[in-house]
Order: sequence, then C-alpha cells, then structure tokens
Amino acid sequence: MSAPITLITGTRKGIGQYLAEHYLQQGHQVIGCSRTAPEWQHENYTHFLLDVTNETAAQQMFSEVRRRFGGLDNLINNAGIAAMNHSLLTPIATVKQVLETNVIGTFLFCREGAKLMQARRKGRIINFSTVAVPLNLEGESAYVASKAAVEGLTRVLAREFAPLGITVNTIGPVPIETDLIRGVPAKKIEQLVARQALPRLGKPEDVAHVADFFISPESNFITGQIIYLGGVN
Amino acid sequence: MKDQIISLIAETLQEMNQSGEFTYETDTIQGDTPLYGGIEGTLDSLGLVKLIVAVEQGIQDRLNITVALADQKALSQTRTPFRNVNTLADHAINVIGMAAT
Repeated sequence: MSAPITLITGTRKGIGQYLAEHYLQQGHQVIGCSRTAPEWQHENYTHFLLDVTNETAAQQMFSEVRRRFGGLDNLINNAGIAAMNHSLLTPIATVKQVLETNVIGTFLFCREGAKLMQARRKGRIINFSTVAVPLNLEGESAYVASKAAVEGLTRVLAREFAPLGITVNTIGPVPIETDLIRGVPAKKIEQLVARQALPRLGKPEDVAHVADFFISPESNFITGQIIYLGGVN
Repeated sequence: MKDQIISLIAETLQEMNQSGEFTYETDTIQGDTPLYGGIEGTLDSLGLVKLIVAVEQGIQDRLNITVALADQKALSQTRTPFRNVNTLADHAINVIGMAAT
C-alpha cells in the first residue's frame, strides 16, 4: 500500500508543525504550506510558500500535488489567525483579515482538496474551530464568528461531499501553548481553562489524537462532526 | 481547439462509464450527446459536478490554464451551457479565451 498523501496548512510552526511531524512519523507523504518558510525539513515533506487566501496560488499548489502525488488522501486545515480584543476596539481591517484566513482559506482548501479526493472516491478533511465558539468567549468576536462559520461550513460540506466518499469534520481545541495565545493575558487564559470540564491547557498530542480518529479508515461513517477538547460543549 | 475539448469530454465520460456511474454509449459520444438538463440529459447534478471538475483539470493539464466552468454567469444562463457535449465545449473555449486575455 502506498503512503497516504496528507496536506496540512500552517505547518511552519505550532500545531501545524506538530501534526506534520506526527504524520511523517506514521509514514505519510506530507505536504505543507505557510506564508514564510519553515525552519525544519524532512525527506517526505514538501513545502509550498503561499497565503491560504490566495486562490490562484492555492490552485497551482493543488495542481502540483495532483501531478506529483497523483491525488490527496487527507487535508487538515490548520492555518488560522486570531484577533483578541473588545469588539469596540477591533478595526474592520482586522475582522476582514480573520474572516479571510479562517473562513475563505478553509473554504478554498476544502474545495480544491475535494476536487483531488473525489477522483478516488475517498478522502478525509479536518477543519479547525475552537472552544471559544460554544463558550461565546467575550473579547474574541471576530475570531469566534469566523470559527462558527467554519463549523457551519463543515456541516454543509459533509453533506455535499458525502456522495464523493469524503468526510469533513472539525476539531475544536482548548487553548494550547502556541504563538496563537501568546499575546493573551494569563488571567484570561486561566478563566477560560476554568470553564472546561477538564481544566488544563491543551497539548498538540490532544489535537493529533482527534485528527488520528477522524482520518482513520474506520471513521468512514463519521462526518459533519465537531469535537471539542477539554469537555467543552 | 474544439476537437481537443470534445475528446477531453468524451474521455471523461468514458472514465465515468468505467466506474459504473453512468451508461453512455462510449463509442458514440459526439457533439450532440446530451449531458445535463432537459428530457435527454443523462447526468444528475453530482455527475455534472464530476464532469466539470474533470474537464477543468484536463484543461489545466493540457493547456496550463486554470478555469472555472461553472461560475455564477454560466449557472444563471437561460439555456444551460452544459446541455450537450457541443455546448459544453463551446462554453469551455469561451472561458479559456477570457482566461487567456
């Protein structure tokens, strides 16, 4: 059996890098992308420099993936940005940037990824939300709105892609020690963690565990689902 | 160019035939072979999606041009450009022409 082809966005650092290395260890052929080059490499890893909101660049990348690898098995839409501020202090430029990266970027990659997957009538797509959505976290209106949109997108695409043999699911992590939360005051993180049934910061391996479950061949009857970490619902 | 596009559509329909999704008479796919809509259209909406994706990918491979054949303009036309092989080929040539300019 040939190695699974797994594309992960936002692999330069953080959870994206962790997931890339996780699936490389499992023997996958991993393709990643980010706006700037990563400081790590692997013989079975191919990196593309692009912004996930750039339609032309994304189409060129998927075309290259099709030519070089013949298809795609798994797509993990990890790339995302956050904006943490009171809505009264949030410029529209920031709102647009968050929506473009988190919603339009996810839509674009789901669309292009599914085009590759449908030829082989199988595929797994994993999107990223956050526990900030069910917690209606104040101070994150643009971020929460964008991730709520990703959840809606997941549920609709799950139905549209089901006849093509593709499942679409979403992981909703709790705060994880990455750059994404580095600028958030410690007290705010403590308050958020306290609202979880399991009150601790998340770890990249917590995310990888759910991703493993979603991409498992046995998970072919699981689609349109959102799994939050930490006992949040 | 039109012959190229028609043969691309025919090849795609043959592949779809082989996977058992549709039953075209593969030896007789011609310009007037019906595709979608009307009484004679053989493709359902999902079949049309698959055909369009495959034709877009074929155009990309053969002509190195990225096109979107089912944009809002195409979908809102009174007479669908997807009704037969000929009309789809004409539509594709039109879109390729616009993408190249």
